[in-house]
Amino acid sequence: MSYLHLAIISPLLFSVFIPIFYKKFIRIHTGWFVLPLPILLFIYFLSTIPKITNRQTVTETFNWIPSLGVNFTAKVDGLGLLFALLITGIGALVVFYSIYYLAKEKERLNTFYVYLLLFMGAMLGVVLSDNLIVMYAFWELTSFSSFLLIGYWHEREKSRYGAQKSMLITVFGGLAMLGGIILLYIMTGTFSITEIVAQSGDIFHHSLFLPALICVLLGAFTKSAQFPFYIWLPDAMEAPTPVSAYLHSATMVKAGIYLVARLTPVFGASSVWFWLVAGVGIITLIWGSVFAIRQTDLKGILAFSTVSQLGLIMSLLGVGSAALHYEALSENIFTVAITAAIFHLINHATFKGSLFMAAGIVDHETGTRDIRKLGGLMPFMPITFTISIIGAFSMAGLPPFNGFLSKEMFFTAMVRVTQMDIFNLETLGILFPVIAWVASVFTFIYSMILVFKTFTGKYQPEKLDKKPHEAPLGMLIPPVILISLVVIFGFFPNLLSESLISPAMAAILPSLLNAGGEFVVHISFWHGFTIELFMTLGVILLGITLYKTLPKWKRMYDLVPEKLSLFRFYDRLLEWSQSGSYKVTNKYMTGSIHSYLVYILAFFIFSLTVTLFWKDAFKLDTGNVSSIGIYEWVLAIFVVVGSISILFIKSRMTSIILLGAVGYTVSLFYVLFRAPDLALTQLVIETISVALFLVCFYHLPKLQRYETRMRFKLTNALISVGVGAVVTAIALSAHGNKLFEAISKYYVENTYEKAAGQNMVNVILVDFRGFDTLFEITVLAIASLGIYGMIKLRLNRRKES
Amino acid sequence: MEILMAFVIGILFMSATYLMLSKSLLRIIIGTGLLSHGAHLLILTMGGLKRGSAPLLGEHAEHYTDPLPQALILTAIVISFGVTAFFLVLAYRSYQELGTDNVEDMKGTEPND
Repeated sequence: MSYLHLAIISPLLFSVFIPIFYKKFIRIHTGWFVLPLPILLFIYFLSTIPKITNRQTVTETFNWIPSLGVNFTAKVDGLGLLFALLITGIGALVVFYSIYYLAKEKERLNTFYVYLLLFMGAMLGVVLSDNLIVMYAFWELTSFSSFLLIGYWHEREKSRYGAQKSMLITVFGGLAMLGGIILLYIMTGTFSITEIVAQSGDIFHHSLFLPALICVLLGAFTKSAQFPFYIWLPDAMEAPTPVSAYLHSATMVKAGIYLVARLTPVFGASSVWFWLVAGVGIITLIWGSVFAIRQTDLKGILAFSTVSQLGLIMSLLGVGSAALHYEALSENIFTVAITAAIFHLINHATFKGSLFMAAGIVDHETGTRDIRKLGGLMPFMPITFTISIIGAFSMAGLPPFNGFLSKEMFFTAMVRVTQMDIFNLETLGILFPVIAWVASVFTFIYSMILVFKTFTGKYQPEKLDKKPHEAPLGMLIPPVILISLVVIFGFFPNLLSESLISPAMAAILPSLLNAGGEFVVHISFWHGFTIELFMTLGVILLGITLYKTLPKWKRMYDLVPEKLSLFRFYDRLLEWSQSGSYKVTNKYMTGSIHSYLVYILAFFIFSLTVTLFWKDAFKLDTGNVSSIGIYEWVLAIFVVVGSISILFIKSRMTSIILLGAVGYTVSLFYVLFRAPDLALTQLVIETISVALFLVCFYHLPKLQRYETRMRFKLTNALISVGVGAVVTAIALSAHGNKLFEAISKYYVENTYEKAAGQNMVNVILVDFRGFDTLFEITVLAIASLGIYGMIKLRLNRRKES
Repeated sequence: MEILMAFVIGILFMSATYLMLSKSLLRIIIGTGLLSHGAHLLILTMGGLKRGSAPLLGEHAEHYTDPLPQALILTAIVISFGVTAFFLVLAYRSYQELGTDNVEDMKGTEPND
């Protein structure tokens, strides 16, 4: 257990103390106790930057289940560090924000911070685990803690609905990912990502490569809200705003991005990977941006915008994987996609976090998040307005903010796709820049809606619950810090390139580096009159025009049929699976013993008949049979006639007597077949049984004395004939297939020698196999006690009296 | 003889199954009685029939019939008697308490319905 391990699980350990703080220090907001932890962790991870920049990694192993190859190996490399800094940094800001957002009198703060710390530790575990099984465990813990956080206000129905939906979808993907991990293990024999990457060349042509790829991507797509699995994210907005800002914009939804980036060295060389990641990413990008405009809830817009931006990053990672196909790093113009992905990842976390916090402030200070009720808030909330406008401009990709730079790089990457000569990109590649451009126009429009519909326009005090005013200072500090990062990264983009982006790229594309080499990342603010610049100009021009004419064409959205929406589809799928399985269960679980017997017997007939024919086992051997005398014929006819006539007898008494007749005939059979003990026992027991039958059913109360013949039913008849036939067939074939001699010779020889008896059956019962007899006695004892209990014990009667 | 017995046993099983598929509890128990007769005869038949004298050493015979199936059947008879007796009393009690011996009327009510 090293400091690194301690750092990863410290949030989990610390969460144990939260309820204690909450109970002991009732006057102090519990968040203050939580706050130091993410700050300390942030500083700790900052301190590893020099090592990472020198292309070293920090690896620590803690044995967990060594025999299964499952060890808690923590590894910090460029990619892991980037995510760890995001998680702890934004975590600290979110905790600070939540101290002012959640009132300590009204909310159950202890549960909130326990869940939040659980999530933080789980997320650190996901990004810093080198072992896939450990990563999966943390991955599910993030789903779980996210479920708890979305359902934080569990008394609201929508919270519960959103929590359940996100749980179902992300756990579905998580399980698929577990399948992919196991397939990877089958191919490589290890769970360690480092070792799997080292073997990536060997497994490329393995038959399990493609299934593993698809399973892993299902996990990544569901977690990162890609098309069509994005539907849980808008409903997750029922969570408290700090949670939305932290989980559903900056960290958890990027776990899928992390997974894709982490496994790019393994799968990236495959064309399926390229098309799935880039294709799904770009579809998500345009889908999310188009439907964001329809939303009227601030957080709804932000949710769709998160979906869209995650699609953007995903498509960049997909396009960047194509770089693996080109040698010579100095001329490899395709690595820019990976640079853009990492840079936009950081940028998105900064501006989306601040936008969520701003939306939270608006909600907190006005009582609503509906943009139809909001408007003209600028004079009341100047600081929030400034935060929002910078965030939204950065999101729209306007200079001089960091979003502009990453959007330019995004366009560069998309334009360069058309220059690739692999995977049919010569012809289909043109779609990428076109879709990217259209999506950027929509991004521009919803970013404008977000700011201007809230802060400008007509002020409508009658629609607001509270009189709006600026938020308290504490609530403003975190978004201000984030928004200043937006501006700083906008003006000094190379601040991070050396320390974070280049090592992260080295982790995503390790095969492109020679020993000691590193990616040279230089993000220039001004790169001349290139095609990307004109694309941005086009976005701005068309975006402004469309925003101005929004009321005219917004009605177009009503044309989209509600029935085709993926949200409706999910609901109906859930409903259908519930009612469907209920119907199916009701169909066969009828509650009637008869039908269950029919299933059992039908299966008995079916399986035995099939086996008999399949194995060609039926065999009739007439050589080894004994002769049949007249007595045997008579007795056999007696048994047959007796047992069949029971079926047609109306009276119960007669059928009981017929059963007795069959029993006595059986004991006569025992006489004929030289079994005196059996004959004796059978006679006695048959007599007692018949007496019992008579006692039970003759002295019954007089109700339902009418007696009916059994009604003939074809299925019953068929099944019983089938059972009889199968038993006969098996008896005949078993008799025909004698494989070895019986062991009875031993008993014949030793009954007197060793056990001092002459009656072999009795000696077997009490000497050779005495244990059987012991427990048979127990059975009789239990049966008699049970009968006594049934007759004597009348709890119902006692209750009544 | 073994082949004849196989058919007799098959018919016993058939009648037993048909009775067990009926609605009346009494008939079901009669069916189990027939079924155990069939099973006992099956064990005996599979051990081979009439291959010598009764398994008593006092007979001083050349061949004895196989004693092991007989011991098994003896155990089975006693156990099936115990179970049948228990079932009979159970049926009797349920007839007393519920006033019916039709198993279709003995369905429990499901809490969901």
